[in-house]
Amino acid sequence: MGMTMTEKILANHAGLDSVQAGQLIKAKVDIVLGNDITSPPAIAEFTKIGKPVFDKDKIVLVPDHFTPNKDIKSAQMAKTVREFAREHQITNYFEVGRMGIEHVLLPEEGLVVPGEVIIGADSHTCTYGAVGAFATGVGSTDMGAAMATGDTWFKVPSAIQVNLTGSLPKWVCGKDVILTLIGMIGVDGARYQSLEFIGPGVAALSMTDRLTISNMAIECGAKNGIFPVDGATIAYLNGRAKKPYTVVTADKDAVYERTVEINLSELTPVVALPHLPENVRPVHGLAEIPIDQVVIGSCTNGRIEDLKQAAVIMAGKSVHPNVRTIIIPGSQAVYLTALEKGYIATFIKAGAIVSTPTCGPCLGGHMGILAAGEKAVATTNRNFKGRMGHVDSEVYLAGPAVAAASAIAGRIAGPEGV
Amino acid sequence: MILEGKVWKYGDNVDTDVIIPARHLTTADPKELAVHCMEDIDETFAANVQAGDIMVAERNFGCGSSREHAPLAIKGSGITCVVADSFARIFYRNAINIGLPLLELGPDAKKIKAGDRLKVDLAKGTVEDITSGETFQAQPLPGFIQEIAQSGGLISYVKGVQK
Repeated sequence: MGMTMTEKILANHAGLDSVQAGQLIKAKVDIVLGNDITSPPAIAEFTKIGKPVFDKDKIVLVPDHFTPNKDIKSAQMAKTVREFAREHQITNYFEVGRMGIEHVLLPEEGLVVPGEVIIGADSHTCTYGAVGAFATGVGSTDMGAAMATGDTWFKVPSAIQVNLTGSLPKWVCGKDVILTLIGMIGVDGARYQSLEFIGPGVAALSMTDRLTISNMAIECGAKNGIFPVDGATIAYLNGRAKKPYTVVTADKDAVYERTVEINLSELTPVVALPHLPENVRPVHGLAEIPIDQVVIGSCTNGRIEDLKQAAVIMAGKSVHPNVRTIIIPGSQAVYLTALEKGYIATFIKAGAIVSTPTCGPCLGGHMGILAAGEKAVATTNRNFKGRMGHVDSEVYLAGPAVAAASAIAGRIAGPEGV
Repeated sequence: MILEGKVWKYGDNVDTDVIIPARHLTTADPKELAVHCMEDIDETFAANVQAGDIMVAERNFGCGSSREHAPLAIKGSGITCVVADSFARIFYRNAINIGLPLLELGPDAKKIKAGDRLKVDLAKGTVEDITSGETFQAQPLPGFIQEIAQSGGLISYVKGVQK
């Protein structure tokens, strides 16, 4: 019986010829990732085991959630991670000033490559499926144990094939693809399963779009969301990949539990209404929804192409008087490129602010918390109750073009409307 | 192990942001987290939950963030077991890893009401609703997962295996 990409990668890392959906395996991990919220408890659990780190080059620590430290307690957490990194001589510790939002940073740094098994104590670790790796989120205890052992257990997921055809119309982006998919199958539509993106439409998607799509696989409950490795992947990795890699392809007779068809050419810009990412509606059909804040950034949409889309829309225009617009480049490199290309000047002239890379507002941490009754359009990944602040605030999820257009219009608006 | 307690009942898609909002993630201490557990969807929970109570929910419990603080907050509040129609996978892992027992009951979870008294047999996977008189059968935990649970969580299990 043939295997999916996910099954093959897991079999390779479990030292097995083949694996099947439902099988429990122990697999070696190539990267163990943690951030400033999840690493301190992981370090505490790791310390209980009483062993050295399994490989100082394969642990990646990125303080990005509550950094630059938002208060004394978060400063202590960042300090715990920093001291651990120093003590264990962790190669890939990224300090403020050299860091980025973890899931923007790791692909950009070439630390995640095809064929790998990557676990991270952050649910959006699934982002790296975009480069053809098996990547999934775990908790702090899993991270702590894997830092000592270099392996972890998995239940091999059954697979959903997502067959992409066509190509994206103007102003439609990866965010619209994944939100549309989540709207189709629901927030638990892929629970415990892998999403395997295939089809002729894949070639028409940029790496930025693929990273956004894989990033939100978790929002329909998926264990991972993986893309085949093609010319665009290889071009992205050239000069970037920090290690050799193996390209894994799905067998022709691989078994999928079901197939979901998406014709990219038929998609339009969409918004996910509060309070679940599955509440997806086309932008053009919405009633007038006045907004108070726009956030453009995050591990979902904080890459240079995302900022470019926003800058193209905001160029020569002004943010609506009732709206605060917060732009957060996903890494120092994204920030610098945006500066060189003039996007930062565009944002500031339009009346937006530009922040250093941080997860901040996405999870209601800092840098843009909402008051009671306020509404935000955000290019982030979750619109759960209270996610960005007060329990009576609302988050509308969208891509960067819709977010930028909404900032100008003062209400949720499509990019064609401004 | 047999657990008996009063039910705190919730619906579909209870996410980890409402189990413990990110604004409280500057600690990983279960007791400190428990003070804010569920506060965004149930202001009465933290003040009224009793040690030994049982949480019951419907589909996709614990979806969203991978924060282990979510099962830690529930455990810190005195809840001894979470029963749900289904669980999001990272929450499931985390709960097992920190020693918070779970039972996946399927659609029968709907029949259990807030305030009912429940008797849960973890080894057999049975859930008896003493109030309504109905007994339900949960999916048994896979053997390997039972080993982790019996070790008291992943770290004890790993220490045992590594010796």
